[in-house]
Amino acid sequence: MQQFWQTLVKEFTRTFITDNRWMVFWNGFKNTILITVVAALIGIAIGIVVSVVHYLADSIMHKKKRRSIGDYIVILLDKLLTFYVSVMRGTPLAIQLTIMAFIIMAGFPNKVVVCCVAFGVNSGAYVSEVIRGGINSVDIGQMEAGRSVGLSQIATMRLIILPQAIKNILPALCNEGIAVLKETSIVGLISVVDLTRASDLVRSRTLSPYFPLIAVAIVYYILVAGLSAAVSRLERRMAQSDRH
Amino acid sequence: MIVIKDLHKSFGKLHVLRGINETIKEGERVVLIGASGSGKSTLLRCLNLLEEPDKGSVIFEGTDLTSPDTNLDKTRCHMGMVFQHFNLFPHKTILENITLAPVYHKLQTKEEATQKAMALLERIGLADKANTYPAMLSGGQKQRVAIVRALAMEPKVMLFDEPTSALDPEMVGEVLELIRQLADTGMTMVIVTHEMGFAREVGTRILFMDEGEIKEQNEPQAFFTNPQHPRLKEFLSKVL
Repeated sequence: MQQFWQTLVKEFTRTFITDNRWMVFWNGFKNTILITVVAALIGIAIGIVVSVVHYLADSIMHKKKRRSIGDYIVILLDKLLTFYVSVMRGTPLAIQLTIMAFIIMAGFPNKVVVCCVAFGVNSGAYVSEVIRGGINSVDIGQMEAGRSVGLSQIATMRLIILPQAIKNILPALCNEGIAVLKETSIVGLISVVDLTRASDLVRSRTLSPYFPLIAVAIVYYILVAGLSAAVSRLERRMAQSDRH
Repeated sequence: MIVIKDLHKSFGKLHVLRGINETIKEGERVVLIGASGSGKSTLLRCLNLLEEPDKGSVIFEGTDLTSPDTNLDKTRCHMGMVFQHFNLFPHKTILENITLAPVYHKLQTKEEATQKAMALLERIGLADKANTYPAMLSGGQKQRVAIVRALAMEPKVMLFDEPTSALDPEMVGEVLELIRQLADTGMTMVIVTHEMGFAREVGTRILFMDEGEIKEQNEPQAFFTNPQHPRLKEFLSKVL
């Protein structure tokens, strides 16, 4: 038994203390968080734009008259964005990431930025589908009420529909955030050191798999659990208008 | 004030409005009655172009609303609308529901709008609910707030789309009473309703719609006591 503890302490020391290896983990952790947060924000921004353009295009298709040049631009834009969504969903993220790093943004010095863009653009496609569902979940009467007091379609979208839509889809958005967080573990492919890559580096040095892998798994788990808890708190706060 | 010319509207194969011609003058209170599916709600919704007519035109104070150059948002500021299902904004407080549009359009500052909204809420006895959310109100209260929301824009005409149809019977009275008070101020109104007694009392002119056409119209007294069209006779015999 005593030998077990001794081994444990030795292994721990080798993994985290010797040569200040905890710094490797810490820097990896910072990159994981940075990429996740920036990618999620980019994703939400793209998602809102894609889903709103889709909504506008849809309503233009439904009306019979009043087709202006702007209408055609919106419809064309919607077609392009639909294609973008299908490409993002139809190809592996690892391929998208490497294409971004070695073709589209080849030579860009900061690979962390490349990761943020690649993950954000990918996430945007999924978020747009989630928000589209959220917009459809809001009663059509809300748009009519907004329009009836003279708000434009865009203004009604911004002030009336989207706030309700986002509230309805918070759990789904949270899932997307969790997915992005976990997907960032592939950034080692383009030599960015995140949490996962950090554990690989340390493992290849110490040749001992247990601590680096288990520790990293625990950190991911805590992050996801924290995110879930934060979102359910936010949900409760936003639900105050539902209370009777 | 509102001129409707040869208005047609179809939903798919269903020809809902078949050539409506009508003029609504300032100060009139026009009540549309008819069976379900007769096109009365569609006609009302065409007046502020929530429903886009297939053919014909709606002219509001000289502006053709069906023309592509018309700024509909601006026109709609002058046409209040009250819906069957209230359609209050559930994520906004009662006060915000009322002040949102006037402040957005910069018709009033936030303080002015709040003051005005509170005065209106005071009038309908709901001032204490100003900072609560719509989910906490009864149906009748919601509809009265919805009426106040429309009034806050100081519209020239009010459109009511079956304002009491979604209410519990005991709440119908309070909503009708508010509309009645509004009628006394001389507001121009177009009302779609199934409440015949109310139509007779408040309306200055009653239109009977059937199969997408206005089959008969008259002032209330004659309309109800001396109907001419066989369809109207049949309809009244069922509902009165």
